[in-house]
Amino acid sequence: MFDSVLVANRGEIARRIIRTVKGMGLRAVAVHSEADADLPFVSEADDAVLLGPAGPAQSYLDAGKVIDAARATEAQAIHPGYGFLAENAAFARAVTDAGLVWIGPDPDAIERMGDKINARNLMESAGVPVAAGTREPVTDQAEALEAAARIGYPVMVKAAGGGGGIGMGVARDDASLVKAFEQASRAAARFGDNPAILLERYIERARHVEVQILGLADGTVVALGERDCSVQRRHQKVAEESPSPGVSPGLRERMLAAAVRAGEAVGYRGAGTVECLVDADAQDFVFLEMNTRLQVEHPVTELVTGLDLVELQIRIAAGEVFPVAAAPPRGHAIEFRVYAEDPKRFFPGPGKIDVWEEPAGEGVRVDSGYVAGNTVTPFYDPLMAKLCVHGATREEALARGRTAVAAFRLAGPKHNLPFCAELLDHPEFVSGDYDTGLVARMRQA
Amino acid sequence: MAEVHAEMVANVWKIVVSEGDAVEEGDTLVILESMKMEIPVLAEDAGTVAQLKVAEGDVVQEGDLIAVIE
Repeated sequence: MFDSVLVANRGEIARRIIRTVKGMGLRAVAVHSEADADLPFVSEADDAVLLGPAGPAQSYLDAGKVIDAARATEAQAIHPGYGFLAENAAFARAVTDAGLVWIGPDPDAIERMGDKINARNLMESAGVPVAAGTREPVTDQAEALEAAARIGYPVMVKAAGGGGGIGMGVARDDASLVKAFEQASRAAARFGDNPAILLERYIERARHVEVQILGLADGTVVALGERDCSVQRRHQKVAEESPSPGVSPGLRERMLAAAVRAGEAVGYRGAGTVECLVDADAQDFVFLEMNTRLQVEHPVTELVTGLDLVELQIRIAAGEVFPVAAAPPRGHAIEFRVYAEDPKRFFPGPGKIDVWEEPAGEGVRVDSGYVAGNTVTPFYDPLMAKLCVHGATREEALARGRTAVAAFRLAGPKHNLPFCAELLDHPEFVSGDYDTGLVARMRQA
Repeated sequence: MAEVHAEMVANVWKIVVSEGDAVEEGDTLVILESMKMEIPVLAEDAGTVAQLKVAEGDVVQEGDLIAVIE
């Protein structure tokens, strides 16, 4: 085992990783931008290196600076968290080339799954169900229209290299397809270096359910249950739960088996997530994409499995061989993402935090990136904290959620705790019978 | 005359119009970016862009004047 880990990320996830790194008796090194100098993840690390100005390109996305920071602090391994450089195969290779340990999957696996067109085709040949869609990049409007006619409306238009909902749009006819195609192309050009666009049949009233997989050092892949992430605004998740209330035991078994096949097909090592769309009525599913990193919502899996996924990532990266048994979930866990955004329109609302008092108690876990006095800046995504609750049953988790949301005292930036409270009282969410259209329906009412 | 103000702290990502341009109600004047989201700032009335108070790359605070439409 190496003795030190540099965490190439910020905010709540950097802080959460640092906690496990230190808990394992390893030295934790933080890197940060000028804008983040006062955040807890910087002071809680054993060492911290300033990367540069606030803009991600000059700080968290600058691979050279991150590797230099590892050299300067003699860190032996790099954990990328999620976002930023986490799914950048060139960075993963650069880390290994620098003689450091990359805490993540093989760069080839990142590359193969990073392109959504490649990933779809690969999954299809591995026997994982995929939605009707394009097998080759769609390069112009005419091709897009032709593909949509073949697939049948509605279709989802996506940037092949996009993530986090960026550039995604649903088209229901030719006119909206042209618009969605332009938007996706613009997003692809702006946020990445992959201009490819793909079209897929859009499933109405689908649930977004993903399977946590873990590729062990001996090559075996285990599936650690699923997470339901159907509460979304702008194709981005707001709340997640495990197990999914919309997945029957039979469907769960098929999804977990398919996720293991998906992991094996790319020789996956470490923690990864196989995202699927579930048609709850038909109890059927299709592959959506694979995220080759730790997921934001990993705590719900940790709560129902009792595992520390970050610790397992680190031990796997260190080459330790150990068994992990797939077991049925213990109880029910729900995560609420506490965003700096207004709770009605979900528009960003950065600002200085005047009051920040986290709830605590039986079955409550808060992973946060801020304390009172910090400022939430406009440079990064709006996630301030993840409020997670665990109970013996879904009902108990919901009840703990209501208490915890009410007890979270937060003032300064705009925040979505009122939305979380609304969600916890919404009949559709409470019933468990909801889909990715839930938030839109809540806001139309 | 109508003043257009920033609704939140944001970076000015793109200036879409120039001073002197004629705009219709609902036209995009500038595109702000905050927390990885693009936020178009729209003209609330038709008119002429009399003043444009921001430049690409600027950081605006909530309430800052972005443009004046006459």
